[in-house]
Amino acid sequence: MASKLTTSNRAGWLFALPGFGLLALFIIVPFFFAFGLSLTNQRLISPNPTEYVGLQNYRDLLGFGVITLEPLRDDSGELIRDEDGNLEYPRVRTITRSDEYPQYAGMQEWFRWQSGDNATVVIVRDVVFMKALANTLTFVVVVAPVQAGLALLLALLINQRVRGINIFRTIYFMPVVVSIVVVSLLWRFIYAGDDGLLNNLLGAITFGAWRPIDWLGNTQTALGSIIAMSIWQAVGFHMVIWLAGLQTISPTLYEVATIEGASRWQTFRYVTWPGLRNTAVLVLIVITMQAFAVFAQIDVMTGGGPLDSTQTLVFQAVERGYGKQDISGGATISVILFLLVLSISLLQRYLTRERR
Amino acid sequence: MAAVAGDSRGLRLTVRYLVLALVGTIFLFPLIFMIVSSLKPTAQLLSDTSSMRAFLPVGDISLDNYFDAFRRAPIGRFVFNSVVITLVTVSASLFLCSLAAFSFVYLNWRGSGLLLSIALATLIIPFETIAIPLLLLVSRLPWIGFDGIEFGWLNTYRVQIIPWIADALTIFLFVQYFKDLPRELIEAARAEGASWWQIYRWVVMPLAGPVIATAAILKSLKMYNEQYLWPLIVVQDEAHRPIMVGLGYFFQLNVAWGEVMAYLSLITLPVLAFYLVLQRAFIASIASTGVKG
Repeated sequence: MASKLTTSNRAGWLFALPGFGLLALFIIVPFFFAFGLSLTNQRLISPNPTEYVGLQNYRDLLGFGVITLEPLRDDSGELIRDEDGNLEYPRVRTITRSDEYPQYAGMQEWFRWQSGDNATVVIVRDVVFMKALANTLTFVVVVAPVQAGLALLLALLINQRVRGINIFRTIYFMPVVVSIVVVSLLWRFIYAGDDGLLNNLLGAITFGAWRPIDWLGNTQTALGSIIAMSIWQAVGFHMVIWLAGLQTISPTLYEVATIEGASRWQTFRYVTWPGLRNTAVLVLIVITMQAFAVFAQIDVMTGGGPLDSTQTLVFQAVERGYGKQDISGGATISVILFLLVLSISLLQRYLTRERR
Repeated sequence: MAAVAGDSRGLRLTVRYLVLALVGTIFLFPLIFMIVSSLKPTAQLLSDTSSMRAFLPVGDISLDNYFDAFRRAPIGRFVFNSVVITLVTVSASLFLCSLAAFSFVYLNWRGSGLLLSIALATLIIPFETIAIPLLLLVSRLPWIGFDGIEFGWLNTYRVQIIPWIADALTIFLFVQYFKDLPRELIEAARAEGASWWQIYRWVVMPLAGPVIATAAILKSLKMYNEQYLWPLIVVQDEAHRPIMVGLGYFFQLNVAWGEVMAYLSLITLPVLAFYLVLQRAFIASIASTGVKG
């Protein structure tokens, strides 16, 4: 009877339509648009009509090959070595520009390794994209567990009953309400090579033994520096979500654990952690989605450099779709990014599922 | 014995506070550094970084950096733009999302379950993956202005407002909250002949204070703090540029760090002040996104 009372098709549609309509037009339509555009050669502004190109955009981004190079030999069959005694190999160009291997045409070397006397070279169609893909995956693989773990540690630290704990909670959460753009600019100065705050602090602590590093200008440290800063900014957010999860665990369970004489670790392992299962899934998925979307930090701090060591997928999607007005190229990267987000979210859900 | 036990408890408490404070400095000091530096001339700012003076308002303290920053960039304009965009988007979002959620929860119409599922499924789509197709879409959308129909939304306020009004999280928050309100209230009002609009306006919304606060805080932070990628690609003219994109002005040949710190402090301090006053509500709103439905 109650449901009869509230049945109202006309009012229902009328009330839901404005909100749902906007959602459909500005999220759902562009989402399917992305898939469609990735199969064309659409540009932002172009005199030529848009054409269907099939999977060409995906081939241009993902195409790769693995080739083996034999070391060069002189006329007598001896291996040629350079001044340092290293073997010399034919140039990769001799293969990627050769008519014998049309499938490798236009590819460039991404990286290589030595196996015996031979060198194995991975050549790809789009080196910058591959670097962006690798960096984004590195970013996610490091940030997701580290940020989730640190956030849990902070939540446990802040979940104790001592006087003034609210002050500390307020402080730990503070960077979350500061824009990531502001934080990125601030840390650009903290990370600066000369007169940077971090180098000078490390110098003071080690009484001058510290050698200043240009954190963002060095291919070895740039991505790591951005990762550390991103965690600093966002960890408070997930601390609060863990805290909410901690507070759903019944105090009686802890009392029982105390009576049974459980150690601190046992209490955590058998009372706290099982109670946080749902929270853990949520925290991991949210961090993963945020990490895959990394853009502002890169744009403000490094612009993808040095030597593409901080390129990311979103940065590349924007650089192509907006910077070069290559909408279809940007859309293709977006689709690849979405498929990655989706599959990793599903995988996390599967791995953290309830086991019977 | 009792004295020894008391000492060890005191010691343990001291260690606890030391750990808490040490972690606190990691989060607090960069922000203190930003604000303190905004008051120093750039040369002193740079030399102070080699000592604890970096975190203290000492030496040649003044507001000069703030005046210089205002001279360098149309900061008033940027702040105005961001505030307008934030206020309009947040109000419209609260209204339309709560209205839709009201319909999904209380009005039993055909297809409501399906549409709600579709709406919530969009939570898995990061904005960054639709930014480029959306750019193409808004560059072609029509708009009826005073001069008739025009095409293209680039370089306007509306392109920064309308696509952001409806979002799955806000709808989700209202749906969760409405589900827990007692149904009898609605049914009683209905039995007395109230229209659906009257029930929404006079019965449900007056009870929705907490969820309105939560949704408003989350959406405001998003609109004020996080609008960077989108305005970067859809707004080129200065007149409509929001604060985060306005930062570009401070990176000419020589970065004037004093002015940069002044600008950063200027756009951050209002948010920090809001947060410190309303910190319980801020933290509760983040926590509520984590409660699984």
